[in-house]
Amino acid sequence: MADIQQDIRPSRLHRAWNSDLGWSFRHAPVAVASTFVVLLLIIGAVLAPFIAPHSPFDPGSLNLMNGFTPPGQANQFTGDYFLLGTDDQGRDVFSTILYGMRISLFVGFAAVLLAMVLGVTLGLLAGYLGGWTETIIMRVADVQLTFPAILVAMLIFGIAKGITPPEYRNEMAIWVLILAIGLSDWVQFARVVRGATLVEKNREYVQAAKLIGRSPFAIMLRHILPNVLNPVLVIATISLALAIIAEATLSFLGVGAPPTKPSLGTLIRIGQEFMFSGEWWILFFPAATLLALALSINLLGDWLRDALNPRLR
Amino acid sequence: MTALLDVQDLTVRFAMPRPSFFAPRPYLEAVRQVSFRLEAGHALGIVGESGSGKTTTAMAAIRLVEAASGKVVFDGQDLLQLSDEDMRQRRRDVQLIFQDPYSSLNPRARVADIVREPMDLMEIGTADERHDRVEELFKLVGLRPDQLSLFPHQFSGGQRQRISIARALTTNPRLLVCDEPVSALDVAIQAQILNLLARLKTELNLSYLFISHDLGVVRHVCDDVAVMYLGKIVEMGSRDALFDNPQHPYTQALLAAAPSLARRKSRGYVRPLKISGDPPSPLNPPKGCAFADRCPRVQDVCRQVQPELETVSSHQAACHFPGPVNHA
Repeated sequence: MADIQQDIRPSRLHRAWNSDLGWSFRHAPVAVASTFVVLLLIIGAVLAPFIAPHSPFDPGSLNLMNGFTPPGQANQFTGDYFLLGTDDQGRDVFSTILYGMRISLFVGFAAVLLAMVLGVTLGLLAGYLGGWTETIIMRVADVQLTFPAILVAMLIFGIAKGITPPEYRNEMAIWVLILAIGLSDWVQFARVVRGATLVEKNREYVQAAKLIGRSPFAIMLRHILPNVLNPVLVIATISLALAIIAEATLSFLGVGAPPTKPSLGTLIRIGQEFMFSGEWWILFFPAATLLALALSINLLGDWLRDALNPRLR
Repeated sequence: MTALLDVQDLTVRFAMPRPSFFAPRPYLEAVRQVSFRLEAGHALGIVGESGSGKTTTAMAAIRLVEAASGKVVFDGQDLLQLSDEDMRQRRRDVQLIFQDPYSSLNPRARVADIVREPMDLMEIGTADERHDRVEELFKLVGLRPDQLSLFPHQFSGGQRQRISIARALTTNPRLLVCDEPVSALDVAIQAQILNLLARLKTELNLSYLFISHDLGVVRHVCDDVAVMYLGKIVEMGSRDALFDNPQHPYTQALLAAAPSLARRKSRGYVRPLKISGDPPSPLNPPKGCAFADRCPRVQDVCRQVQPELETVSSHQAACHFPGPVNHA
């Protein structure tokens, strides 16, 4: 009996497509276009080893004679052809962008995940427990908000770099970057989750859970958390764009991803050295990719915020 | 017959913010030395206007709100003295139905999980037994088993209240606290839920502590009634005694204020006793009778001495000058 009923129920994907959110998505051309761009870039980054025409970080395959080949033209010495041109070392810009996005996206996703886990946990604790816990967590958050996030990230980056041994620095750089951006970004998660928790904890279903003797942690995890996730999702999306830009900023300033594992920010830093000597493509294409990525994610976040806002339905 | 629930001198205080840094912290006494008994298999109604402390009394009795002092003897055990773990075990005997069916069910949980949660937590039976029990409860409260996997927002208000009742019944409780269980529902649905509660009471031998501001509902459901005013019980007795022969002027005013189509034409109809003004602030309760400022029978003694509950004719009233309605 139960099995038969299960079979009649539409699949998860089908239900998602027909939900309010799915309807709103289908009727928002901007959201569809942004999703398309983001997916395209993510697929490109994930499949970089298979798509990229060259392996830009294998010194054996590089030919210095290919340096500064303009996009869409054959190299005047070797006759090799590069879609988006090459940089000073003869590396294919298109391939470096694909590989650079891997680092950028990985750092972005991991940093947002860290910020989200940290912020949601602290926000739940502050909102639900109140009292001294709340005062301490939220004052720390307030203090951190008075510093620009990028400054906090640089500070953490500097400290971490100081305490890691030099031989591991390049390998650790990515993780330090994630830590720095994640720690500089948890505050907004904590604030929003605390606010939502303050509302939810006085709802009667929380009383009902207390009545049957659920522990405070079980109530936070099973009852309150699922009901405060909507705003978290919106912030996570917008934070992803910000984290990618923060990573690019740090790398541009030379404190982020090392030259052996360049991210989009590192590529832009390398590119800007040649901007005034006419090799515009080394800077332009990585910067345009970063712009497309961040803009699409931001537009997606904007749409999500409106779509999840019950007052705008 | 011994009482299932015997509440003695229950007092609840809420700490208020200090008016200034050096001032002592003021306390709001929401419930002031309330005592009542609930017999097994009976339903005791607590009525009163907003802010009279009726909900707080019930919440303190089941330890959802901390009581400042007093005793709550349930089945021979003082609930207020139990350790947290003992109280957790005791909770299976005492359950609660909430006022607002729209906020009392977790919007992100399937209703079957909501109803099963108390069993999961108290580790009653195997997974299959729990599932069967949930189906059985659904039938008991008049829902279909094929609705088990739906979410709360897919139900109407009356259906949600049925789910709430099913959840409360999961652990086979002996006492159900009903906190205005029908005041958020349409009148037609109210009748369905009240009939369901009445049926469950006899079928499962439940006792109700029934909180309401709706006198008609209380008269329909309850065996005994207590009237609260500013955190104190002013009159208490069996339903018929209290409704037919109210002794306290506040009860009389309350009964007169209840709208009724029938009463206006009935024999011996008395014009509603009008009382004006608002109850005094619970932050600064008056020295004497709390109702003195609004009472038509007020005398000097009322403002000086607080009346205690005393037996008057067939039941108890806390008034210096109790008596039937004056036919003025």
